[in-house]
Amino acid sequence: MLEKQDIQLEKRILVIPGEELGDVSYKAGTGTYRKGEKIFASQLGIKNIRAGYINVIPLGGKYLPRSGDSIIGIIIDLGPSSWMININCPYPAMMHVNETPWKVDYGDTGRFLKVGDAVLAKIAQVDETKRIQITMKEHGLRKLNSGQIVKISHSKVPRVIGKGGSMISLIKEYTGCRIFVGQNGNIWLDGEVEAVIDASKAIEMIDREAQVMGLTDKVRAFLQEHSHLQEKYQTDSDELETVAQQPPEPEEETQSGKEDNEW
Amino acid sequence: MVEERLIGDDGLREDGRKPDQLRPIKIEAGVLHNADGSAYVEWGKNKVLAAVYGPREVHPKFLQDSTKAIVQVTYNMAAFSVDDRIRPGPNRRATEISKIIGEALEYVILTHHFPRSSVDVYIEVLEASAGTRCAGLTAASVAVADAGIPMTDLVVSCAAGKADGQIILDLGKSEDNLGEADVPLGYIPRTGEIVLLQMDGHLTKAEFEKAMNMAMNACKDIYEMQKDALRRRYAVGADEDKTPTQEVIE
Repeated sequence: MLEKQDIQLEKRILVIPGEELGDVSYKAGTGTYRKGEKIFASQLGIKNIRAGYINVIPLGGKYLPRSGDSIIGIIIDLGPSSWMININCPYPAMMHVNETPWKVDYGDTGRFLKVGDAVLAKIAQVDETKRIQITMKEHGLRKLNSGQIVKISHSKVPRVIGKGGSMISLIKEYTGCRIFVGQNGNIWLDGEVEAVIDASKAIEMIDREAQVMGLTDKVRAFLQEHSHLQEKYQTDSDELETVAQQPPEPEEETQSGKEDNEW
Repeated sequence: MVEERLIGDDGLREDGRKPDQLRPIKIEAGVLHNADGSAYVEWGKNKVLAAVYGPREVHPKFLQDSTKAIVQVTYNMAAFSVDDRIRPGPNRRATEISKIIGEALEYVILTHHFPRSSVDVYIEVLEASAGTRCAGLTAASVAVADAGIPMTDLVVSCAAGKADGQIILDLGKSEDNLGEADVPLGYIPRTGEIVLLQMDGHLTKAEFEKAMNMAMNACKDIYEMQKDALRRRYAVGADEDKTPTQEVIE
């Protein structure tokens, strides 16, 4: 079985709902279903075999929250003791005042978060009818006061982060932006105006070309060519090659959403 | 009844097809930017666009089901889709087609994954020339898969019928209007399940079975086209800056 695994990991096989993936020597993982003795794909995506499970890593679809996910949400409604938050999934999420680091009086929620505000939060709980509760009562979770939010498909979040955070640190290095990637596909960027534009262009490119092999190199080339920081370096040193060797910008906000299924 | 001959002496039909031959079919997935999933089908002279949104919140709220997602299909014919302008808006026929296509799709979509939500499918017929419900269901099924919605399999649809006393596949406009019977079929080739079956006209049992077999075999071919369309959607080289939409409009 180990041999089989190695073969599967090497190439990306696109599967279509209803396609047979294997027999019951495997277990049916995410994006699959079992019928009789066989396992079939239930989603359009890439076949992946890991630890005896056959999974399909989806190429699209809506974000489905799981407890513990770090997300970026936008306030859509205020209640007397709670906020409703859009987290890019089929259901709005609720955040109770007890789940915030502030002391909020009854009916005074609007003083802390207004409609349209963005927050960095975590999924606290999801029940079987998909009622979602989120929390900000953890270290590092906060209201996002500055910067910009870029939306991508949640299925491409692992690509934006890259293996061991390689892609995200690349973007940080070239643009000097502070970046936080929410598991729900909302990405927060903050930094100089031009740097944010470059970073968001790079992220849009990853979103568009997520299925391409060797994407990290492509993004590096893109950033080398387009990065406005490069122009600064150029005027300073007049040497193109030095750009790649530039020391990374100081990173205050290094944390990013956990990386799950790197393709 | 039939004044004009629909099938010539050489056994070929008006448009030169053999009795068991489909019209040319072209399927394209992911053609709309704002929809979660979409597909465009050209089936002979039919031109059908399908867009899928969701799963998303159900409006009006009373329609929501706390155990599963609901599937809402809107089939609409554009006013200019037929020779003589069709009055815009839902009518008896469009409501019926929306319902049966919705039920066919609901069978394959894993609705229990998304309680209290709705999968909205919009089927827009831009040009109609017999068999739009089949083209619509075929397109909708590709669009649902393109939207990344979990489903057991793709649904394929094709019609068979009878004209000039012969059983024929995929009726054209005049064959549909002047022929004796029309049997649209919604089918899952892998499992052999039938998710849509209607009949307009009269057939004997033997004729009906022959028509069914013909439609089922054709569905298997269309199934491959659907899968191919979905594969092409993601096989497009990133270097080519050609989006599928541009290809369609031409």
